[in-house]
Amino acid sequence: MAKLISDEVIDYVGILAKLELSEEEKEEAKKDMGRMLDYIDMLNELDTSGVEPMSHVFAINNVFREDVVTNGDDKDNMLRNAPERKDDAYKVPKTVD
Amino acid sequence: MGLLDLTAVELGRKIKAGDVTAVEAAKASLEQMRKYEDIIHAYVTIEEDRTLQQAENVQKQIEEGTLIGPLAGVPVAIKDNLCTQGMLTTCSSRILYNFVPSYTAEAVINLEKAGAVILGKTNMDEFAMGSTTELSAYGITRNPWNTDHVPGGSSGGSCAAVAAGECFYALGSDTGGSIRQPSSFCGVTGLKPTYGTVSRYGLVAYGSSLDQIGPVAKDVTDCATILEIIASYDKKDSTSISRADCDFTSALTDDVKGMRIGIPRDYMGEGLDAEVKDAVLQAAKVFKEKGAVVEEFDLSLIEYAIPAYYVIASAEASSNLSRFDGVKYGFRAKDYDGLHHMYKKSRSQGFGPEVKRRIMLGSFVLSSGYYDAYYLKALRTKALIKKAFDKAFETYDVILGPVAPSTAPKLGESLRDPLKMYLGDIYTISVNLAGLPGMTVPCGKDSKGLPIGLQLIGDCFKEKNIIRAGYAFEQTRTYEGPDMKMTRRESR
Repeated sequence: MAKLISDEVIDYVGILAKLELSEEEKEEAKKDMGRMLDYIDMLNELDTSGVEPMSHVFAINNVFREDVVTNGDDKDNMLRNAPERKDDAYKVPKTVD
Repeated sequence: MGLLDLTAVELGRKIKAGDVTAVEAAKASLEQMRKYEDIIHAYVTIEEDRTLQQAENVQKQIEEGTLIGPLAGVPVAIKDNLCTQGMLTTCSSRILYNFVPSYTAEAVINLEKAGAVILGKTNMDEFAMGSTTELSAYGITRNPWNTDHVPGGSSGGSCAAVAAGECFYALGSDTGGSIRQPSSFCGVTGLKPTYGTVSRYGLVAYGSSLDQIGPVAKDVTDCATILEIIASYDKKDSTSISRADCDFTSALTDDVKGMRIGIPRDYMGEGLDAEVKDAVLQAAKVFKEKGAVVEEFDLSLIEYAIPAYYVIASAEASSNLSRFDGVKYGFRAKDYDGLHHMYKKSRSQGFGPEVKRRIMLGSFVLSSGYYDAYYLKALRTKALIKKAFDKAFETYDVILGPVAPSTAPKLGESLRDPLKMYLGDIYTISVNLAGLPGMTVPCGKDSKGLPIGLQLIGDCFKEKNIIRAGYAFEQTRTYEGPDMKMTRRESR
């Protein structure tokens, strides 16, 4: 029994994921995600009450350092990859009127 | 025996002795690439001039005595999700079709400091998401043992290149089995180190809490030698671990007397191909004969590793891949209506279907209302899986099992059903969730002549145990690569 993913859910996820799906892709995504979530629901067989969520296997500590600049000015190299640039900045479509 | 049959360490020794130059070695690899790339397609980027220039520089330094390491002058292939300054790094994705990094990944810097000569960048499943290397935006890679079959993935290009003699060793990355599974399918040796051992700086992130860089080569000696070079504590990777025990080659001893080896019963049951099972049990016998204590045990929870992995990896991917938006680098769509539409259109046209699938799933499991039920549940499951391994390693030094349920599937077979493809990762995935080191060592062939690999899993920071076991096992066989002349003939 495939989990039913509504159009609203797919549209919402599309917004979060910043993806624009065609109608065909949406239908496909609904099916895929439904099947995957069905499968993932297998985890509910496990009793995890009292188990702490483990995001890292080892204890991760903050790595502190003095706030000193160590890298040089790499502006030109960085900007070389920009799809569009204007002078020393990345160029994007107008965002505020 | 020809030059291309040498292992990386053997070649390094010859270069050091002056029998071969770094330039000759690079030329031999390039020649092999010219011969077979049209059918294998292990590489996405090859820059001959750059390679030969680097080989000349390295050779000069070897002659001057400034480069003295075991792999000085030995040509290497680098997976295309590792940044290389001035050299295209695409992750086999359209969205990075023109990306030329301004810096080099730490692991690659470590190799270059040791005198590596880079032959090119190897093909992979887009952003390392896939198990067959068919999900590359730049065409599939074929298995050198039989070109109707996949090389595995996602480091399929790296493993196929090693098997085909198109490099002497390679770097791959492993998030859920992406080094170990293609190594098994291509009949080569591949090692995924303990999480944090190799710096991830410059590795294009997929699932950051699971990703590890590791070596692919012809044998265990090579893998230990390469790992010794690439392992380093790096402040630029906040999960990097400072280790004092990185002398991995010291474990290259043919001695497993008294070593406690456990075979998880859950790895040998339903779903495992009979020929793979036989080969693994045969290997177990070899360990017994060599004096190891081999027994079966119940690891438990293995079926839960795949769903937990796909939640965690997809969640991290959805966050990591948000940086691809058509602003700073890579592909930007044409004709858009404002900034947000530009983001959306660039990403939708730039990413392939599997990447989109995982970004969607990841966005969903992290969204409010589902976060606890899916994401946190998966992290709790991960804790339980880790505990199960901790318990196993109280009794055993090494866990022995298959790498994959079958040998390399035919091209196209796996893509029909994504969920089925995911299930193929069942024996490798929990190793990433628990941060453990794991290694693939070839252990036989099936009736179709396709390689079978053995997986050796160690406790965290216990690479030496699996290196010792792998080395001892390897002494009972000789390395066999595919007959490339046959590969050529069959592909006609």
